Amino acid sequence: MTQLNMKILAVDDELGMRMAVARVLDRKTDRLPDIEDEVLYEVRQSGSGEEALDIIRDWSPDIVLLDHKLPGISGLDVLEELSKTTNDFLVVMITAYASLETAVKATKLGSYDFLAKPFTPEELRVTVRKTAKNLILQRQARKHAEEKRQVRFQFISVLAHELKAPLASIEGYLRILQDFQPGDDLDSLRHMVDRSLIRLDGMRKLILDLLDLTHIESGKKSRELSDVDVREIIQTAMETSLPAARDKQIEVRLHADQPVMMRADRSEIEIIMNNLVTNSIKYNRPGGTVDIRLDSNRGAVSISVADTGIGMTKEEQERLFVEFYRVKNNKTKNILGSGLGLAIVKKLALLYDGDVTVVSEPDVGTTFTVDLQDGISASS
Amino acid sequence: MEQSRKCILLVDDDIDYIFQTKLVLEKAGFRVVSAQSLDEARQALAETRPDVAVLDLMMEVMDAGFVLSYEIKRKDPTIPVILATAVTHETGLEFDAATSEERDWVRADVVLTKPVRPEQLLREVHRLLGL
Repeated sequence: MTQLNMKILAVDDELGMRMAVARVLDRKTDRLPDIEDEVLYEVRQSGSGEEALDIIRDWSPDIVLLDHKLPGISGLDVLEELSKTTNDFLVVMITAYASLETAVKATKLGSYDFLAKPFTPEELRVTVRKTAKNLILQRQARKHAEEKRQVRFQFISVLAHELKAPLASIEGYLRILQDFQPGDDLDSLRHMVDRSLIRLDGMRKLILDLLDLTHIESGKKSRELSDVDVREIIQTAMETSLPAARDKQIEVRLHADQPVMMRADRSEIEIIMNNLVTNSIKYNRPGGTVDIRLDSNRGAVSISVADTGIGMTKEEQERLFVEFYRVKNNKTKNILGSGLGLAIVKKLALLYDGDVTVVSEPDVGTTFTVDLQDGISASS
Repeated sequence: MEQSRKCILLVDDDIDYIFQTKLVLEKAGFRVVSAQSLDEARQALAETRPDVAVLDLMMEVMDAGFVLSYEIKRKDPTIPVILATAVTHETGLEFDAATSEERDWVRADVVLTKPVRPEQLLREVHRLLGL
């Protein structure tokens, strides 16, 4: 728990009123409903609207208790002046005879609440407490929205870069091919075409992963829950990646002697398994092995995929599930990937009240474990 | 031909970029030594003294280009260094080599924004070598 400072400016031409406010609130702490932090009030006073405007500018209070009837400019004039700029504080109008007209005008000018004179210390406390709570929630919401905007912006910047890189490389090859002369090296030509196709393929994979990710995030993906056999989905994923495994002489073994049924969206489990099996081959050493274990216990399904590959440092593991993060080192430099696969696996596991965890050691291997709850509970 | 003896060290983790750039530079008569990582580049530097070094800023570690540039300049300040980067908006590192003060800090003679066209690079190499 931390302490939040809440600066209150009391504007009233009656010294007694200002003193009363200070006595009730100044340097007092308070607990607000639904807010974890404790609040510490600090009160300053002002006898006129003109002075109040100066103090607001220099001191930036959080709450302004504003009397309507003031010697110079009125409370409404102060409100009007304040409404010309964007403010990060709330105003409570204090008024002895709140005419409806004044109330309507004050509300229009942005006053948050009213406090009728004379008020008891408890009435003052309740109103200030309500105002402070509203202000804190308002600020939290704004901060949250700003953070979301930042994350979005970061995501789009990186995405643009990831899409530009293969384009630049393919364009480079095409420009060279444009000047190709009869008699130039044919092997080189073949290499350039092959590389262009590989980069195009990577780009397509990125776009497909991106679509998966946005579907999951938007929550609009229509999920079709049915009874699926996880073991069979794993077997299909293994078959799909068989050519890649054969290329590197990697043996992929499944340890599950019977079908494991769960209520789930088939395509989601397929995406999870394809990503994990593909990774266990891509990041394995030639001649390595992959051991897939499948367990289920009262609606909880646990799948682990263990490889004998290049492994990762602690630091690399920590960032692994971040979108577009890819482990970059000498061992991974020729491995292609969108950088979205594990972020997708993580998001999908969360849909099943589950999670994905990693245990890894450099040059020994990596084990990913996905824990899923049966989709019946998850979909409710 | 005079420039046929000039050697260029090309360091980048993008094998396609290396292939394409190497092709253009070799066609222009240069000898190209390429490396795909910091370690490979250090190894190459132990064996050859390049006439120009072309470095990618971000490789397996974020500032590999800076580190390498620094090492090259410490070994031989007369070797011109070209730093190529695509990542200003990702790293938040804003820099340029427009003033001598900045060049001193970055330790590169030229900073190019990626994607760098091989012809553009060739032009910079010619300029730095006074060809």
